[in-house]
Amino acid sequence: MAVSRDDVLHVASLARIAIDEERLPELTTQLSTILSHMEILAQVSTEGVTPSVGVGDAGLPLREDAGPKLPLAEPLDRFAPAMRDGLLLVPRLATHEDAGGAAE
Amino acid sequence: MTAAPATAQLAQHYEMVVGLEVHAQLRTHTKTFCPCSAAYGDPPNANTCPVCLALPGALPVLNQEAVRLAVRAALALGCTVNPVSVFARKNYFYPDLPKGYQITQYDQPLAEHGRLQIGHGVDGAPRSVGITRVHMEEDAGKSIHDRVPGHTAIDLNRAGIPLIEIVSEPDMRAAGEASAYLRLLKQMLEYTGVSDVNMEEGSLRVDANISVRRRGNTGFGTKTEIKNMNSFSAVERALEAEFVRQCMALEHGEEVQQQTMLWDGAKGEVRPSRSKEGSHDYRYFPEPDLPPLILAPSWIEGVRDALPELPAARRERFSATYDGLSSYDIDVLTATSALADYFEGVARQSEDPKAAANWIMSEVLAELNAAHLGIEDFRVRPADLAALLVLVRNGVLSHSAAKQVFGVMVTSGDPPRQIAEREGLVQERSADTLAQWVSEVLAEHPAEAERFKAGEKKLLGVLVGFVMRKSGGRADPRRVNQLLSELGGG
Amino acid sequence: MSNASEPGHDPAAARSAEEAVVRSFDRMRDVRAGPEGLNIILWSDREQALRDARDVDARAASGTVPGPLAGVPVVVKDNIATRTLPTTCGSKMLEGYVSPYEATVARRLREAGAILVAKANMDEFAMGSSTEFSAYGPARNPLCPARVPGGSSGGSAAAVAAGIVRIALGSETGGSVRQPAAFCGVVGVKPTYGRVSRYGLVAFASSLDQVGVLGASVDDAALALEVIAGHDPRDSTSATEPVPRYQDEARGDIRELVIGVPTEYFPDSLNADIRARCERALDAFKRLGARVREVSLPHTALAIPVYYIIAPAEASSNLARFDGVRYGIRMNGDGGGLREMYEQTRARGFGPEVTRRILLGTYVLSAGYYDAYYRKAQEVRTLIATDFHDVFDDEVDLLFTPTTPTTAFELGARAEPYEMYLNDIFTATVNLAGVPAISLPIGRVDGLPVGGQLIASHFNEERMFRAAYALERVLGEEARQ
Ligand SMILES: [Mg+2]
Ligand SMILES: [Zn+2]
Repeated sequence: MAVSRDDVLHVASLARIAIDEERLPELTTQLSTILSHMEILAQVSTEGVTPSVGVGDAGLPLREDAGPKLPLAEPLDRFAPAMRDGLLLVPRLATHEDAGGAAE
Repeated sequence: MTAAPATAQLAQHYEMVVGLEVHAQLRTHTKTFCPCSAAYGDPPNANTCPVCLALPGALPVLNQEAVRLAVRAALALGCTVNPVSVFARKNYFYPDLPKGYQITQYDQPLAEHGRLQIGHGVDGAPRSVGITRVHMEEDAGKSIHDRVPGHTAIDLNRAGIPLIEIVSEPDMRAAGEASAYLRLLKQMLEYTGVSDVNMEEGSLRVDANISVRRRGNTGFGTKTEIKNMNSFSAVERALEAEFVRQCMALEHGEEVQQQTMLWDGAKGEVRPSRSKEGSHDYRYFPEPDLPPLILAPSWIEGVRDALPELPAARRERFSATYDGLSSYDIDVLTATSALADYFEGVARQSEDPKAAANWIMSEVLAELNAAHLGIEDFRVRPADLAALLVLVRNGVLSHSAAKQVFGVMVTSGDPPRQIAEREGLVQERSADTLAQWVSEVLAEHPAEAERFKAGEKKLLGVLVGFVMRKSGGRADPRRVNQLLSELGGG
Repeated sequence: MSNASEPGHDPAAARSAEEAVVRSFDRMRDVRAGPEGLNIILWSDREQALRDARDVDARAASGTVPGPLAGVPVVVKDNIATRTLPTTCGSKMLEGYVSPYEATVARRLREAGAILVAKANMDEFAMGSSTEFSAYGPARNPLCPARVPGGSSGGSAAAVAAGIVRIALGSETGGSVRQPAAFCGVVGVKPTYGRVSRYGLVAFASSLDQVGVLGASVDDAALALEVIAGHDPRDSTSATEPVPRYQDEARGDIRELVIGVPTEYFPDSLNADIRARCERALDAFKRLGARVREVSLPHTALAIPVYYIIAPAEASSNLARFDGVRYGIRMNGDGGGLREMYEQTRARGFGPEVTRRILLGTYVLSAGYYDAYYRKAQEVRTLIATDFHDVFDDEVDLLFTPTTPTTAFELGARAEPYEMYLNDIFTATVNLAGVPAISLPIGRVDGLPVGGQLIASHFNEERMFRAAYALERVLGEEARQ
C-alpha cells in the first residue's frame, strides 16, 4: 500500500514530530517501500491463530498496596526543563477545553 | 431555568437517549502502578517516582488492592468479571499524561453486563440501567492554567491513581433518570467502600453521551458527548440544555454533529469543545509491559462473598425491621452505608428506632450540613446519642435541655449525662425540692395563689412558669404541673 | 580467548580492582575508543571508576565477600540507567541526562563487585544494526575501522573486542547483541524473554526487549548472565524461574545432544564462505558426539515484516514520553504553543531512523490499519513462535545457524532502510519467539569474524552455553581463521 504525503503528515502530527518540507518526499518513499515489504503478510493464513498478547501465560504479578515509594536520587527540579513552586511548566494551554485534563 | 418550558414542549415530540461514563478513583493507599502515595492534597509533585514520572526505563507493576476494589465494584453492579482481561495503551499527548499513553483496558475489560436499578416508572415497573462494562485504568495528573502567567503548570500527584470507568448502556430517557442513576451509582460505590465518591475533589467524574429521536422511533440519533460537569445537578442541567439544542437543530432541518460539548455552568449552556474532531486516534494496542490479568474464579467468588449488604437490600430490611419509618425516612437513613450504620447503632442502643430516626433526620443531619461534615467525622458517636435519647425517655432531660446537651456534645464529644450535670440541665424530680419551690412561688404570689386555689385554672400555666423560672429551668414541668393541679383542688 | 586483547592488556589478569580499572582506561586510550577514534565509548569518568574500584578493594581487604565480579571492569550500553554516568540512548533527546535511579541489571553488576568504566555508543534508542545511527557519530569496528561494529549494541561489542573489558551489557530487540558480537568476533547472548529484568532498560519495543551480555569468551558471558538474571518484582514480565549456575553448567558434555539445522537459515543465496564456516562448526559438534539433523522453521521468511511492524508500533508508544516536559531537551518552550514545543522538541531530539520508525509505528497502529498490520503481525508472530515450539518439542535440543548473512560491512554501505533491516533475518525470529540464543566466533572470512548462532528453547540457556563452550574449545585457534 502506497503511503501518501498526507499520510506522512497525518502520522507525524499524531506523533508530534515536525517534518521539514524537504524531507517529506524521501520519507514518503521510504515508508512506502518498507510497507510494501509487509504486504506478504496479507497472504499468510492466520485463521484461528491467536495473536501474541504479552509474553508468558502465568498472568500478571500484583504488588501489595503499600510504600515505600521508589526513590529518586535527584529531586525532579534537578532534571526537569522548567519548574516553579514544585510545578512543572509548559507553554500555556487555553484551558482544559483543549483536551484532556483528567483521564478519560 | 429558562429552558424548562421549551424542554416540556419539545419532550412531547422528542425523546432523549442518554448513556453515562463515570470515572471513580479507587480508595487505595498507593497508585495503580507504583508505590507512590495516592493521598489528595499533598504538595505538588511530592508523590512522584521513576514510574509515574515516566522516566526512561521505568515499568509498571499493578496494585492488587486496585484490582480487588475494581472487582468489588463490578460485582456490586451485577457485572460478570472476566477471568482474563487485558491492559491496553491509549496513546495521546498531553502534558499531564507522563508516558504519552494512558494504561487502560480496551477490548478485553475487567467486567461486563451489569445492571443498576434506578427506581420505578410511572407504571410502577422497576426501571434499570444496563452497565456495559467496568474497566480499570490510571488517572492523569492535574493541569493548572491560572497559576503561572503564560504557562500551564503540571502536578503529577494524581498521575497514576487507580480509576474504574463505568460505562452505561444508553438506557436513560430523561435528565432526571440520569441523575437518579448517578445518585444510586455513587451510593453503590460508597456502600462497597471502593471510592470516596467526592465530585469536589474529583474522585468521581461524569461524562454524558446524548442523542435525541422522535418519539416512537427506535433507532438512535447522532450523539454528542458532554464534558466538564462537576455536580449531579450540572449533569441534569447540561442534558436539558443539550436536549433543547439538538431538538432545535432537528426542528430546523439540520443534522446533529458528532462532537464533544462542554458544559458552562455559569452561562448555563453547552458549547462545542475547541479540540479538533478527528484528531483523536488513540492507537490502542495491548500493553506489552503487563501480561494479561488472570483472576481465579475462586478468588472472584471470595470478593463476592465479602460484599457488604447493598443499598436495595438494606432499604428492604429497614422497611421490614423498623416500624413507623416512612419510605422517605428509609431513603434518607440509607443514603450512605455510614449513615445507615449510625442509625442502626443509635436505634439498637436506645431501643427506640423511631426516636433515633427523628433525631438523626433533624438534629444530626442539620449539624452535618452546617459543618460540611460526613457522618464518619461526627463527634457524637451512636452510643452517646443513644444515651441522650434514653435520658429524654426517662425524663432526666427535657426535650429542650436535650437539644442544649446535644449542642455541647457536637463540639466536645463528651457523654450526655456528664454535660447535663455539668451544665445543670438534669431535671429536678425530687418531690421535696419541687414542693419547696411550689410553696415558695405560692408565697411570693399570694393573689394568684388565692385565685388559682379558688378554681381559676387558667392560672396553672402562669404558676408553672414561675416555678420553672425559680428552678432555673431544671424542674420537671410535668411534675410541677401535677403538684399544682393537686393544690388547685380540681 | 579474547580476540583483540593482547597479552598484558587483559584486565582480568589484574591483581586489584584499581589496577584492572587503570588498565581498562589505558586500553581505551590506546585503541582510541573515544569520539576522535573508534567512537565506541560515549561516557566515562576515570576518577569515579577509580573511587569505585578502591571501594571494592577496601571491602575485599576487610574480608567482605567481594562478589563474583569483584573488581571486574564492565561497559554498559547507553540505554541502561546507571547512577554515575549519563544515560542518553545515543540520542540528542537525552543529552546530559543522568538517570536519578539505577537499572536492576546495573545494580546487580555493582552488587557483584563489577566496576562501571564506561557507557557504550549505540544506534539511537537501539534502532539500527550498525551503530551508525548514533547522535554522537558512528562507531567503528576495532578489527577494521572502515567497517561498522554492527548494532545496535555496537559500542558494547567493540569494547569487548578492543580488549577494554571482558564483559559488557547490551540489549536486544531484534538481534542487537548477537549481530554486533558476530561482526566484532566476540560472544553475545540474548536470554529468554523475562530471564533478565528490563527495569531501567530504556524501552524500544517492550515485548521484544531484553538485556543481553557480550563477553570475551563463553565463560565470561555465562558468568555475566548468571549475575544479572533472575526475578525482579519491578518488571511484570520478569520470570520467576530459578537461575542455573551457567558457568558451571557450560562445562558439561554435549554427547547425545541433538542439534537442528533449519534449512531456512541456509538459503542457496548464503555467502559460500559463511556456509563453509558453519559446516566446519557442525562437523566439530559431530566430533564431540552431538547429533546433527536438518529441520524446518517454515515461517522464518516472515520474521522481518513482522518485526518491522511490531517493533516500530511499540516504539512509537514507548518514545512518546520524550516530550520535553519532565526531562531531556526542550525546544520552543517559550512563546510558542504547547504543540510547537512538542513538535520541535521531538523533531530536533530524534534522529532520522528513530523518526522513520516512530512514523511507521504510528501508521500501523492508526485507525483503519491496525488489523491489517499490527494484529496480523501478532498473529504471524504466533506462527513463528510455534515453529520453534514444534522443533524443540519433538526433534531437537538446540538449533544452529549463521548469526548474520554477511560479515561486517563498510560504513555507509547500507543506505536504504530496508537493506539495513535485512541484517536481522537470522536473529529477529528469536526475539519474536522469546527464546534464548548465543552468537560465538566460528571463523573469519577475509579477516572479518563470522558468528555462529545457537538457539535454545525457553529458559534452557545452560544447554546453549554448554554447546557454545564445547565448540569454542574445540575450534580453538580455528575460530580466528
Ligand atoms: Mg477512561
Ligand atoms: Zn510513582
